[in-house]
Amino acid sequence: MTWVNAVIQGILLGGLYALFACGLSLMFGVMRIINLAHGDLALLGTFMVLVVSEHVGLSPFAALVIVLPGAALAGYALQYAMFNRSLRAGELSPLLASFGLAIVIANVLLEVFSADTHSLSAGALTTASWRISGQISISALSALIFGVAVLVLVSLQLMLSRTQLGRMMRATADDAATAELVGINARRVYAVATAIALATAALAGTFFGMRSSFDPTLGPAQLIFAFEAVVIGGLGSLWGTLVGGIALGLAQTVGAQAFGAGWSIFCGHVLFLAVLAFRNQGIFAPREARA
Amino acid sequence: MSILEVRELDVRHGLLQAVRGVSFSLGAGETVALVGANGAGKSTLLRTLAGAHRAAGGSVFFEGADVTRVPAYRRVGLGIGLVPEGRQLFLSLTVEENLRVAARPGYWTLERVLEAFPLLRERRRSRAVNLSGGERQATAIGRTLMANPRLLLLDEVSLGLAPVAVEGLYRSLRTVIEQGTTVLLVEQDLTRAMGTAQRVICMLEGRLVLEGRSGELTREQVTDAYFGLGRAAA
Repeated sequence: MTWVNAVIQGILLGGLYALFACGLSLMFGVMRIINLAHGDLALLGTFMVLVVSEHVGLSPFAALVIVLPGAALAGYALQYAMFNRSLRAGELSPLLASFGLAIVIANVLLEVFSADTHSLSAGALTTASWRISGQISISALSALIFGVAVLVLVSLQLMLSRTQLGRMMRATADDAATAELVGINARRVYAVATAIALATAALAGTFFGMRSSFDPTLGPAQLIFAFEAVVIGGLGSLWGTLVGGIALGLAQTVGAQAFGAGWSIFCGHVLFLAVLAFRNQGIFAPREARA
Repeated sequence: MSILEVRELDVRHGLLQAVRGVSFSLGAGETVALVGANGAGKSTLLRTLAGAHRAAGGSVFFEGADVTRVPAYRRVGLGIGLVPEGRQLFLSLTVEENLRVAARPGYWTLERVLEAFPLLRERRRSRAVNLSGGERQATAIGRTLMANPRLLLLDEVSLGLAPVAVEGLYRSLRTVIEQGTTVLLVEQDLTRAMGTAQRVICMLEGRLVLEGRSGELTREQVTDAYFGLGRAAA
């Protein structure tokens, strides 16, 4: 039964990884930008929720109402201020620019919030759980996070495949120069993609902060988990990202069950390396590159 | 009343000057063929009119407004539509998505484009990557029409197509012209160019060397200008 529990916890954890990863996946799919600041931006969102909830006296959930639009606006501005400019200098420069941004964010967070650990309280949800049997219980918070993650990824995928904005994003991803010739403002489409990416990152960061304690140094670790989820699932497909996140979560919890808690993250990395070695297009690789 | 006026236009590709001091104007509703040898600067001129290239000098006026510095995506909204050479479709999108992504209100709707290009109807759910050359070209033209341009720029639409496909394209093009759309088309087939257009302009090494009504120009005059033989001057 402990194995079944490990599988359930792994799937639920995977939802959070997928939520972290979907913004990374979207930015790569639309602009071919690998945003190395994604983890730190998510953590910045976590801290913003912390600030708002402490200073205004709101619950972290209510603080999201302020922080998520803020993150989206910040993403829109960030695209114009940094990524659109660096894209002009070639494909590698956004990668370097985002690396620099990651360092800046991590150090500013360290300066402002010190290296102390913090946590966000989800209120009654933190301790609520459903006991299924003697050894299996599902935490209400984990279930909520998983549900929201699936909802976000499904909505994003539907937006991409069904709406005019989605068609514009996929057209721009295919060929930005031609997209301009059919009347699409490619830079604006990019800015909208980054706005969505940062809002989902802030949401994921907030859930992360409700699940466990956090400090300003944890950004890169979130980036790695998100990156692994994207690669395991296959680049450029949001369904793949969801599956990749769940696969990563499963590898970690089942690995911990099999070899001991210390092996959890190691087992996730092994799955990632195995996918790279044996199926480097990912589990769910789309037939063509799709956003 | 001219819909497009080009004054002393210069366009460079690095050190190469592809368009040199070109001036001409298009009347509203007119169909004009732009001819010239490979490398004469026809595609560059069309791409500059659409905003895909920046003009190094001179100006472009569309419906009386200076659009020389207006970016490509906004020119589409103003009413300039280019069908680029090489049918640059969005390959991962379906035919219908390629059409819909460009849609702006006006005469041309998805239904009307599918009517004008019947071969696209049964292919509307296929991804562009799986289309034949003729189907791709029809999709590219249809996509540009979806934005309801008042000025349609066609760059070598018949290049690499089977004669029957070219015939079908030109038949559909007649519907476009009948809608009152102004058309500037680059066409290698001189007979077809002079048959479709009311006026022909010819470029040689970046310059405009000949301009005249299709009925008043002889094939020889155009061919001489095309190759720069200068017989007309002798």
